[in-house]
Amino acid sequence: MLVPIKWLKDYTKVDVDVTEFTDRMIMSGSNLETVEKLPGEMRDVVVGKINKLEKHPLSDRLSICMVDVGRGEDIKIVCGAPNVEEGMLVPVCLAGGHIPGPLHGQAPVEGGVDIQAGEVKGETSNGVICSCSELGYDDKVVPVAHREGIWPLPDDIGLEPGMDLAEGMDLDDYVVDFEITPNRPDCLCMTGMARESAATFKESVDYPATDTKCEAGGSTSDYIRVNIQKPEFCTRYYARVATDIKIEQSPWWMQQRLMHAGMRPINNIVDLTNFVMLEYGQPLHAFDINTVKGGVINVDTAEPGSVFTTLDGNERKMPEDALMIKDAEEAIGIAGIMGGLDSEITGETTTILIEGANFNGDNIRLTAKALGLRTEASSRFEKGIDPNQAGIAVDRVCHLIEELGYGKVVGGAVDNYPGQLDPWTVDVRIDRVNKIIGDTIPKEEMIDIFESLEMKVEDAGDGILKVTPPTIRLDLVEEIDFVEEVARIHGYDKLPMTLPKGRACAGEPRNETIRNATKVYMVAMGANEIQTYSFVSPQDCDRVRLAEDAWERDAVVLLNPLGEENSVMRTILSPSMLQVLGRNYAKSIDSVRAFEIGTVFAKNEFEPGGLPDESDSMCIGMYGEGNDFFMMKGIVCELLSKLGIEDLTFVAEKEHGTYHPGRCARFMTGTAEDPIELGIMGEVHPDVAENYGIGTRAVLCEMFFDKIEDIAKTETRYVPLPKYPAMTRDIAVTVDEDVAVGSMEEAIKASAGELLESVQLFDIYRGEQIDEGKKSVAFSLTYRDKNKTLTDEEVEPAHEKVVLELKGRFDAVLREI
Amino acid sequence: MQDRINQIMAEAKERLAKAKEMKEVEDIRISTLGKKGQLTAILRGMGALSKEEKKQIGPAANKAKGEIEKLINAKFDEVKEAAKKARFEAERIDVTEPGRANLMGVRHPLTLVAEEIKTIFKNLGYEIAEGPLVDTVFNAFDGLNSPQNHPSRDMTDTFYISDGICLRPHTSTVQVRTVQERKPPFRIISPGRCFRCDTPDATHSPMFHQIEGLIVDEDISMSDLKGTLDYMAKQLFGPETKTKFRPHHFPFTEPSAEMDVSCFKCGGKGCPVCKGSGWIEILGCGETHPKVLEVGGIDTEKYTAFAFGMGVERIAMLKYGVDDIRLFYENDMRFIDQFK
Repeated sequence: MLVPIKWLKDYTKVDVDVTEFTDRMIMSGSNLETVEKLPGEMRDVVVGKINKLEKHPLSDRLSICMVDVGRGEDIKIVCGAPNVEEGMLVPVCLAGGHIPGPLHGQAPVEGGVDIQAGEVKGETSNGVICSCSELGYDDKVVPVAHREGIWPLPDDIGLEPGMDLAEGMDLDDYVVDFEITPNRPDCLCMTGMARESAATFKESVDYPATDTKCEAGGSTSDYIRVNIQKPEFCTRYYARVATDIKIEQSPWWMQQRLMHAGMRPINNIVDLTNFVMLEYGQPLHAFDINTVKGGVINVDTAEPGSVFTTLDGNERKMPEDALMIKDAEEAIGIAGIMGGLDSEITGETTTILIEGANFNGDNIRLTAKALGLRTEASSRFEKGIDPNQAGIAVDRVCHLIEELGYGKVVGGAVDNYPGQLDPWTVDVRIDRVNKIIGDTIPKEEMIDIFESLEMKVEDAGDGILKVTPPTIRLDLVEEIDFVEEVARIHGYDKLPMTLPKGRACAGEPRNETIRNATKVYMVAMGANEIQTYSFVSPQDCDRVRLAEDAWERDAVVLLNPLGEENSVMRTILSPSMLQVLGRNYAKSIDSVRAFEIGTVFAKNEFEPGGLPDESDSMCIGMYGEGNDFFMMKGIVCELLSKLGIEDLTFVAEKEHGTYHPGRCARFMTGTAEDPIELGIMGEVHPDVAENYGIGTRAVLCEMFFDKIEDIAKTETRYVPLPKYPAMTRDIAVTVDEDVAVGSMEEAIKASAGELLESVQLFDIYRGEQIDEGKKSVAFSLTYRDKNKTLTDEEVEPAHEKVVLELKGRFDAVLREI
Repeated sequence: MQDRINQIMAEAKERLAKAKEMKEVEDIRISTLGKKGQLTAILRGMGALSKEEKKQIGPAANKAKGEIEKLINAKFDEVKEAAKKARFEAERIDVTEPGRANLMGVRHPLTLVAEEIKTIFKNLGYEIAEGPLVDTVFNAFDGLNSPQNHPSRDMTDTFYISDGICLRPHTSTVQVRTVQERKPPFRIISPGRCFRCDTPDATHSPMFHQIEGLIVDEDISMSDLKGTLDYMAKQLFGPETKTKFRPHHFPFTEPSAEMDVSCFKCGGKGCPVCKGSGWIEILGCGETHPKVLEVGGIDTEKYTAFAFGMGVERIAMLKYGVDDIRLFYENDMRFIDQFK
């Protein structure tokens, strides 16, 4: 909402500087977007009078103007504007001066433009006759009358050649752009902001005059009848008529107010309806009454499938339930959105109908949305307007028609008001207000605050105030709404700072604890945490070579994604990890070790259409020196061990498309009969690596982190330290290359008996002294009896069993160590 | 005999003087004091001597033994010291050579900021609460008193997977869930991902993180809200930080406010970080609207509440001086590595 301070001062006293004004308005609830000082920086810009005008001898387009700039002798300026005329008052920037806007036809320049004397096609030019935009006004507010050309200055406000332009035209102003929150549509107008300002600065509002003399005689009902066929969509229709209208330019003071508020002056009647709309926030429409056939206005929905031509010249197909303003024969406007081309005010218009109506915001919103046509009026109706404003605003237009001599006003009004809005009263408990605010604001101050906001207050005793807000405050319905009014006008900054009393125990869910611990362990193992998008491309599954029927492909789909790349909720993290590895590889980062813990999504199996199943997944990805399969396995085992998950089994996986078929494993814990699958790890398949632009071996692991959260042990039990020494025996055997060391280890554990405390694989050797296709595997076995010191004789039988088992199961040949 | 003792002494002394290694010293000890040593032989031969001779030679031999032992021990120490000194010299290293790499990773900056904020509120007795990222439209809007026609419900603002289910556009969904699941008093803090239909650019991301807080108890007031968030700001941005609460509007709180903190770059004087105002907007907050509490059947006469929500990315960007939100999701290791 653009608030020109000069205009605001028409309604309330503002005697602080603009910084204090905005600071205090912010603290009472009007949030500031920007402040603009007007006009832009200009120097040596004066009023000039064109005394003589000749065609430039070398150009039809250019004129040579002799301009009186109050220097005794006229100065010569070459001007290219089509609208320059002899006798005209114009803004002139003298040579050596400065203007804020770009010169006609040029790109904007930061800080504006310096003007020098020069030659234009052989004729000297001692300055520039300026257009509105050259003086810094946005193109969209330049009056229609001189959009193409220089700015003809008004001749009725006492301008004299040589006067400083800013002074003579009273250009100085500040325009404050306030952010108006959706609960306060009443602030989207000058009187609304005046009310806020008055309440903030303890001033009062001087409302605009609305009385009329009605010199045209007669009665509005002689000209028009109004029928509301759809009262559910039209709360009120208020109309008056003015005759003897002469369409011309608005006076400069009104044009300036409109321009500073961001609107383009068009002609006196359109400007007047816009001006009053900005005063009250009430959209208004003026029809040429001669185009309203049958002297009747019907407010009804559009015929199904009908087409209507709006005043911007577009033919529009009307949606269902679109509310229309119709005459006896046909539609003449789309209610609350835009008028029709045929009923528009033209230069020939002499009698006008001024409409001030109140339409249902939801209906307007749906129609505007269906048409793709949002206008100033429609957005105001959508936000909500007090229907009582409709009459006041139309009366104000009529008052100004008389005051400004635009025409004569007909007596009375047609007021069809099926949805009459009467004032309402709300009980406000003083204690309750203070309880919520946390202060002890006295009753008297509360009453003052309510009254400063134009509410009527009755002290009902027992600590209750009966408060009746003005009907423009549609947002004040419940007691809590009044609490906010007290708090903001009293000032949030004046409230004390306290901490809540009462009891509380901090805590966190188990999965949060385990996630946080995992992050710390991973970081300790040199991994960086990453975060990637939860929505991914459905093609990710192809890029990681998942099978056609893989469960990962059955993803939750977004109805309105930003693009295909972010159109499904991810079922796994691996593709995002690979993308990050690829991105880093592309940036020549030679080694990456990274992890992510994130939510993955699956369709709700039990309740189709219900909320998706969400679970945690964890992904580790790496490449670069030392980051191979066994580094990954080491990291995973160490992490899980820290989380109290031991007894892992790794099973070679040859079928998963994402991984190298010879270097991939699934891993699980639990028992053989009831394994708990924890995840998969392996070297990335070279085709997948290529899909992600990773030009080296990469290793990947994805874990079902929910399961890890379930089974992780967060409690630790102490195991007594051994009292008796252990006995260590090493064993080295040659076996076929295909024998998995994991199976050998299991066989050792199974056969050694109770004395075996631990087995450690310490060497795998291939090469000299070992036959082709064979490998030498060496284990260190630790035996211990927790009740006594072991002897060789006691260990020997257990060790023999181990040797026999290895020979029997794996064809192992004992080697000398 | 006395001469023999003197001669042994003299020889031993001479050899000791020349000795440089432990072995040499040990040899001297053995040849003089060992089982078959020269001085030992004399002492052993004492039995064959006359009483007179014993009286004379005995003390002399014992004195010589004591003297030689002393000399030998001293020489041992000397040689040992010399050997250590030589070893230290030989083992000297260049301490300016680099250490062996033993690198730890780092957590993501958004995790670090969220952890910091969570810790502040845990210290104030808040519990961590979580909610799903994909939630019902009721939890995302209706339960939060959001008007039916509010633009944030549009498909141009919020991602949907069906009519009634959306990707949560804020963590406030957890408020609606919590008031329904729990009985007051309680205080929760809920961090997590949120989604809005914003095309990524330097300041927008279709996915981002928020931290939501809600406290419901008897007599929870605006003043408590101010005190709590002021404490948070001072913990997060330093003890000199000042806060400013401006009236604002949210459907789910009333009265509502936005909180600014004094610019931690310039201290409030005005600089590019705070766009010259001296203040930086950090979060939205307010007294929880009775309609939200009523969703959970909470007695709003007895209990009042406040809530707040802040963007983790925004705070991380301000705190670390990150100028492009997309960096958080690109995961360039050179970026991540900077957040110790």
